[in-house]
Amino acid sequence: MNKYLFYPGCSMESSAKAYMESLNTILEPLELSFEEIEDWNCCGATEYLGINLIPAYSLIARNLALASNQMNPMNGTGATHTIVAPCSACYLNLAKADHYMQERPSLGAKVNQALEAGGLHYTPGTLDVRHLIDILVYDVGVEKIRSKVVHPLTGLHVAPYMGCMLPRPDYKHRWSDHEHPTELVDVLRALGADVIDYPLTTECCGGHMTQIGPETAFELIRRLVADADDRGADLMATVCPMCQMNIDAYQNEMNHFFGTDYHIPVLFFTQLMGLAFGREPEELGIGAELVSARNALAHIGVEVPVTQEPAGPRKKSEGLPMPRRLNKHEGKEVVK
Amino acid sequence: MTERVGVYVCHCGSNIAGTVDVVDVANWAEEKLAHLGVVVAREYKFMCSSLGQELIEKDIKELGLTRVVVAACSPHLHEKTFRTAAKNAGLNPYLVELASIREQVSWVHTDKAVATAKAKAVISGAVSRVIRNEALDELKVPINPNTMVVGGGIAGIQSALEIANAGFHVYLVEREPSIGGHMAQFDKTFPTLDCSACILTPRMVEAGTHPNITLLTWSEVVNVAGYVGNFHVTVKKKARFVNEELCTGCGICEEKCPKKVIDDVFEAGLGYRKAVYTPFAQAVPKFPVMDKENCTYFQKGTCKACEKFCPTGAIDFTQEDQLLHIDVGNIILATGYDLFDARQVSNYGYGRLPNVFTSIEFERLSNAAGPTNGTIVMRDGKSTPKSVGIIHCVGSRDKNFNNYCSVICCMQGLKFAHLVHERTGATVYNFYIDMRTAYKAYDEFYQRVLEEGTLFVRGKVAEVTDAARYSNEKGKLIIQVEDTLAGKQRRIPVDMVILSAGLQPRYDAKDVGKLFGISCSTDGWFTEKHPKLDPVATMTEGIYIAGCAQGPKDIPSSVAQGAAASARVLDKILQKEVALEPVRASIDKDSCSGCRICNGLCPFNAISFIEDDHVSDINPALCQGCGTCVAACPAGAISGTGFSDEQIMAQIDGLLMKNLEPEIA
Repeated sequence: MNKYLFYPGCSMESSAKAYMESLNTILEPLELSFEEIEDWNCCGATEYLGINLIPAYSLIARNLALASNQMNPMNGTGATHTIVAPCSACYLNLAKADHYMQERPSLGAKVNQALEAGGLHYTPGTLDVRHLIDILVYDVGVEKIRSKVVHPLTGLHVAPYMGCMLPRPDYKHRWSDHEHPTELVDVLRALGADVIDYPLTTECCGGHMTQIGPETAFELIRRLVADADDRGADLMATVCPMCQMNIDAYQNEMNHFFGTDYHIPVLFFTQLMGLAFGREPEELGIGAELVSARNALAHIGVEVPVTQEPAGPRKKSEGLPMPRRLNKHEGKEVVK
Repeated sequence: MTERVGVYVCHCGSNIAGTVDVVDVANWAEEKLAHLGVVVAREYKFMCSSLGQELIEKDIKELGLTRVVVAACSPHLHEKTFRTAAKNAGLNPYLVELASIREQVSWVHTDKAVATAKAKAVISGAVSRVIRNEALDELKVPINPNTMVVGGGIAGIQSALEIANAGFHVYLVEREPSIGGHMAQFDKTFPTLDCSACILTPRMVEAGTHPNITLLTWSEVVNVAGYVGNFHVTVKKKARFVNEELCTGCGICEEKCPKKVIDDVFEAGLGYRKAVYTPFAQAVPKFPVMDKENCTYFQKGTCKACEKFCPTGAIDFTQEDQLLHIDVGNIILATGYDLFDARQVSNYGYGRLPNVFTSIEFERLSNAAGPTNGTIVMRDGKSTPKSVGIIHCVGSRDKNFNNYCSVICCMQGLKFAHLVHERTGATVYNFYIDMRTAYKAYDEFYQRVLEEGTLFVRGKVAEVTDAARYSNEKGKLIIQVEDTLAGKQRRIPVDMVILSAGLQPRYDAKDVGKLFGISCSTDGWFTEKHPKLDPVATMTEGIYIAGCAQGPKDIPSSVAQGAAASARVLDKILQKEVALEPVRASIDKDSCSGCRICNGLCPFNAISFIEDDHVSDINPALCQGCGTCVAACPAGAISGTGFSDEQIMAQIDGLLMKNLEPEIA
């Protein structure tokens, strides 16, 4: 069993529940043991660092301090100094705080001064901050993943979407490439999927621009979805809760904005791993996505049960009733 | 015997006098260092001038000086000048010391008081040292008139021909099956658009048939021993599996060979060759080589088609690698460059996007003898591009890859633009950071290409992608670039992209440098003795460099360097013997423990181990007196003439002013 400290991050408990559920199913077959950091807090996501540096870094470093405390009792039972984050934003923030506290000692001192209020301290460089997929590719290994596949995803055309926050800035030289990294491709290929060539793999999904400048975000989402669709992708696989949410939750609005009609489901790569490892869709949170993966997964013989709650009662229209729409398959109404 | 020392302080115009109180320094030396033997101290405006030198010579003769200290610039510049002056006045040149009060004092300080005090300390050290100097005699060794040229590209060919034409023998060693180098792969040469093969092949033929040139192709140097004038080189002549005595170069073996492989070397991966092959039609020598890894007979034990059809019975499957021992007096390294691997710039898509080509691929594509007979087509082998983007500085001037400018790419990009325009009529874009068209007739060529209608976009290309954003981009390669002249981002869809990849040191340049005892710069190019005044010599006597091995350059510069290196070699040969600096290290055999620490440290391969006596030994002719071994020897068994521990310690005491007489209160 390989032990790691685990920093889930807020979204894993809310919008990316499916990521958490599916992640839990692959830990055992891959002999991974994740120990959650106790009393962790939000990483501040992408905005806070832009507003107030010291509080933002302190917020992040609190997690690093807690983790470094927690790594000590693990001594003897497979000590680890590696902290795993499944979310790209969390990963980047943790890695960034660790890097800059070390590079700028004055910043490190101020942050530690703030942490002192809670009786905490973090020595930068103590922990190794890594993303989940980094662990899977470089610690577990693609071969091991391949060996656990019982239901290969043969015939499923997947666009591998790494997102922009994972490979850059690469403080510790972890990734194979910063523009066209191959880690996600390697994992998906090991699952037997037909991975399409997806040049936009590290382009931005819009981040929180969906909140503050939706038009900008819509264009970014359109590029990603349109290119995946052009290249014949059945679905997109992602490693980041924010990417998943933006492309999934805003796809419909984006379509409305541009007058397009794209339906590209976005799943977490762990959900696809779960499927390939023989788990059932409902164990993996499949079906919770807004752009349904039902049709895409039907290609490979996976039947997604309808789990979505029935839509609430419609608002009563106050205008006049509209005539029924013409349905040409209903023979008799077609006037010839 | 007390030495009589003269101290000469140079003003160097205002270079030294501006920061150091030279009069005070001279007076101080005459007074305070008198007990060490200083009998005279003078200051003069330019010591290196003939009047300055005469001043020293006069004092040596009239005052009977036995030691001289010149406080001036670095010994790199004028040590030789003052040593010669001393020699002219009858003093052994090694009894002269230079105290560097310019580079190490006046140029690096601004406070006059501090600089003056430091100048005194430096002179004090030099005086303490010079009185312990020994008279040394230069070593003379005879020169072997034969020369080895390593690398048969245009620089190496030029070197070999110059020396051979002067009547001396040359061994031209080439790693590939034929000489010719990169130039043989090119189609046209800038800026005159001469056909590359047409100007190169006569030289190749001349080198191949010259009575004074022994051609050793498909060969590599594996060991170098000896020193200037007397190098012993071991060359591995790889098995060709073709008997050169019998082969007529008819090419039937190549025609009959059933095994076709991609030619990664000459055709840059764009074309095919057979398992037995000559890389190109005009190859020199004409003998083919057999590629053992791909030959059906060697891999499976049957075939031998080449042997069956060879009319002279020249195919010999039993041939083995041969080791040749060759003695030469001088060596010229013209080992060339490797092309930057454009796959490293993943955002330009080479290796992922089919219609992204490298510069060398395009050279083969446009070459009439290339895989497409000179038709410029896309990767599908048939469609002609309607628009082509040429990206400059790929892997050069980029801190992620190589910081330096690769020199040739701007002109190469212009040449490509012209060829594409001329042969396909396509719209051509050049994406450049800065246009560098120095040298004769180069900028005129730029003007010509501008007038032909090639479009120029100034800006570093961010990305080449096939992810279409708009309908006009579908099926195209889109070049995303910041147009820094227009001040806006542009997306330019094209059919074909050519990456003007930079030049890199050979992948094994470091090992080759070590083999010949020369060093590489931080970028990996061979280091010349002086970047301006001695660009073809190296710090190792008898080893010269030419062409791109020394740094990126175009054909004219490579040829010029090849000829220059030959001139240096001819100068050595005609002297018949060479004088070696007597500053050397020597090992006290009684103190040597035989630990061999020094053996691997010597950058000039001068130290060998004598098994019988279990001690190390230094070859005085090979030793350059660098002192590395002296410092490293744990037993203190190695000392350097001119750099004995006694001299060094005395110099340090002098620097710390411990040599002054205690003031009498």
